[in-house]
Amino acid sequence: MAAGDIMLDLRDIHKSFFIGTPNEFEVLHGVNFAVREGEFVSIVGQSGSGKSTLMNIIGALDRPTSGEYTLDGVDIEKAKDQELSVLRNKKIGFVFQTYNLIARTNAIKNVELPMMYAGVERAKRNERAKMLLEQVGMTNRMMHNPDELSGGQKQRVAIARAMANDPAIILADEPTGALDSATGRLIMDIFHKLHEEQGKTIILITHSPELSQETERIITLKDGDIKGEAAGKWDVIKEELAC
Amino acid sequence: MLITENILVALAGLRANIMRSLLTMLGIIIGIASVIGIMTVGNSITVIVNTTMQELGANNLEVGVTQKSLDEETTSSGMSFGRGYIREMSDDDLISHDMLVSFREKYQDDIKYVLLTEAVGNPGTVTDGSKNANVQITGFNRDNIEFSNLEMLGGRSFLNTDYLEAKRVCMVSDKFVERMYKGDNDAALGQEIEVSVNGQFYKYYIVGIYKYVADQFSFGVSDNPTTNVYVPFKTARIDNHTQNKGYSRLTLVTSIETNNDSFANTVRDYFNINFYSRNDAYEVMVISMTSMMDSMNSMIGTIQLALSVIAGISLVVGGIGVMNIMLVSITERTKEIGTRKALGATNSSIRLQFITESVVICLIGGIIGIGLGVALGMVAVKLMGYQAAISVQSIVIAVGFSMAIGVFFGYYPANKAAKLNPIDALRYE
Repeated sequence: MAAGDIMLDLRDIHKSFFIGTPNEFEVLHGVNFAVREGEFVSIVGQSGSGKSTLMNIIGALDRPTSGEYTLDGVDIEKAKDQELSVLRNKKIGFVFQTYNLIARTNAIKNVELPMMYAGVERAKRNERAKMLLEQVGMTNRMMHNPDELSGGQKQRVAIARAMANDPAIILADEPTGALDSATGRLIMDIFHKLHEEQGKTIILITHSPELSQETERIITLKDGDIKGEAAGKWDVIKEELAC
Repeated sequence: MLITENILVALAGLRANIMRSLLTMLGIIIGIASVIGIMTVGNSITVIVNTTMQELGANNLEVGVTQKSLDEETTSSGMSFGRGYIREMSDDDLISHDMLVSFREKYQDDIKYVLLTEAVGNPGTVTDGSKNANVQITGFNRDNIEFSNLEMLGGRSFLNTDYLEAKRVCMVSDKFVERMYKGDNDAALGQEIEVSVNGQFYKYYIVGIYKYVADQFSFGVSDNPTTNVYVPFKTARIDNHTQNKGYSRLTLVTSIETNNDSFANTVRDYFNINFYSRNDAYEVMVISMTSMMDSMNSMIGTIQLALSVIAGISLVVGGIGVMNIMLVSITERTKEIGTRKALGATNSSIRLQFITESVVICLIGGIIGIGLGVALGMVAVKLMGYQAAISVQSIVIAVGFSMAIGVFFGYYPANKAAKLNPIDALRYE
């Protein structure tokens, strides 16, 4: 795939936590990497490698202690809480391991939620939510509440929700972690489809080296540092799956 | 837009925990219901008191003979010495006819009517074969008959000679004619009736029929209400054997220009200086109905306020209950709050969401409470035999107040939710 403009740029990102003075615990020791528009990248690491912390920073849920982070042209390391909220709303689509759908709120309302926070008017957001749910094959269960949906269905609604405001990146944190392998396959296929057909920039965070092989580029994180980058083998895997 | 969504989310949340929501609302319901109930009862009583007093005449001054105040002889503890025994009122202590005549002459511009009333015994009955009617023999002087402005349906009112010569004539009500003469006025006129009161019999000729008007205190519609048989004042005095005595009380109707409060003092001073200065135990007291009405209303108002404040305390307790449940709800929904923040909710939209929830709880509780309070108040008022007067003002205040409680007690939990760190909230299990 042709490399587009830089979508996301992290430079010398440090993150420390204060666990009572004078103990300062540094989790990220100067992480550098960039993601281009339309890339499908995975960040792989064991637990404790700092990948959750990195994900929080990429997802604008947290600020780095030092370093520069630019997302779709916006410097976010110095943004205020309010600005971070807007940034998360407009530029990032989250997909969580535990789906995190809002309880007692049906699928379509869940998908509408980010658009509601963005101030999209009711008719428009309803129309778009329907369209997005159709893309993930959930047309028949739009009016169901999360407790009436299976894990795979919930995750599909979550992906539709992540797409709601047409974000710059989709940030998926172990999206298949709570699913059986067949359903996990289905979810991964949706990501591939979004990537290939719509050119979405996707960052997949996982502990599984196997899953990371499905992406274009694999960034390996260990003890708070990037230990290496490699190309994925999606082309090969796709052919194997086709057999 | 966000508000509508928030209300829908709040309602869905309430529905999901119906028992918990109801228990939480209960405090608000009880608080609002008691305030509204008290207001309804108080308002109804105020309306009744005022109407009754209006009927009695707000322009009236009540003049009566009363014991002299013992200010000088009273100690701080209220015990009186020296004159421990107060003698009974004798005929000499009453307001004599002569006093009244000279008084009326002196203040003829201020006094429109002097109302004299003499009831003959207690309510009695008139019986004729199987027919009977409850009546009260009431002696009215000419002023009183004029002032009461009876609507005549047949016959005539009293003539001067009836008053002066104490003729044995009477006016009966249409209700009476209905029961005794099948509503035939012509058959009733000129008839002699015999009223039995405590074993005594009093006979009068019917000269007129007036239209009966139920007063505020008559409860429901009775087949056989006790209606007045009006007789000339002097006739009633003769029947009571009091024709030579003075009056212990009378009512003055003043002219419109007269200031009742100051005229009350004038009247009191006139009688006490001219006629009662040498009386050792009794004097004249004058009460203005306007000032009595004012003090009555302010008394009812004070009681109402005091009770409402007590009831209001339960509202505060209810509010604390709401706050508590909001804190529980926020802890339960920490992950949801984290998710919402990840999806772009700002702190203020999270705060608004939870304040809306708390206001919705309080408002629903408030509305149920208003319904309950109005119902309770009306039942209570009906049981007392009055007509219910719902206080619209108190309902509006109650709605506003329950919303204010929602905002006040919802703010702290909502703010706590708004300030949650999204990472911690997302990770919360």
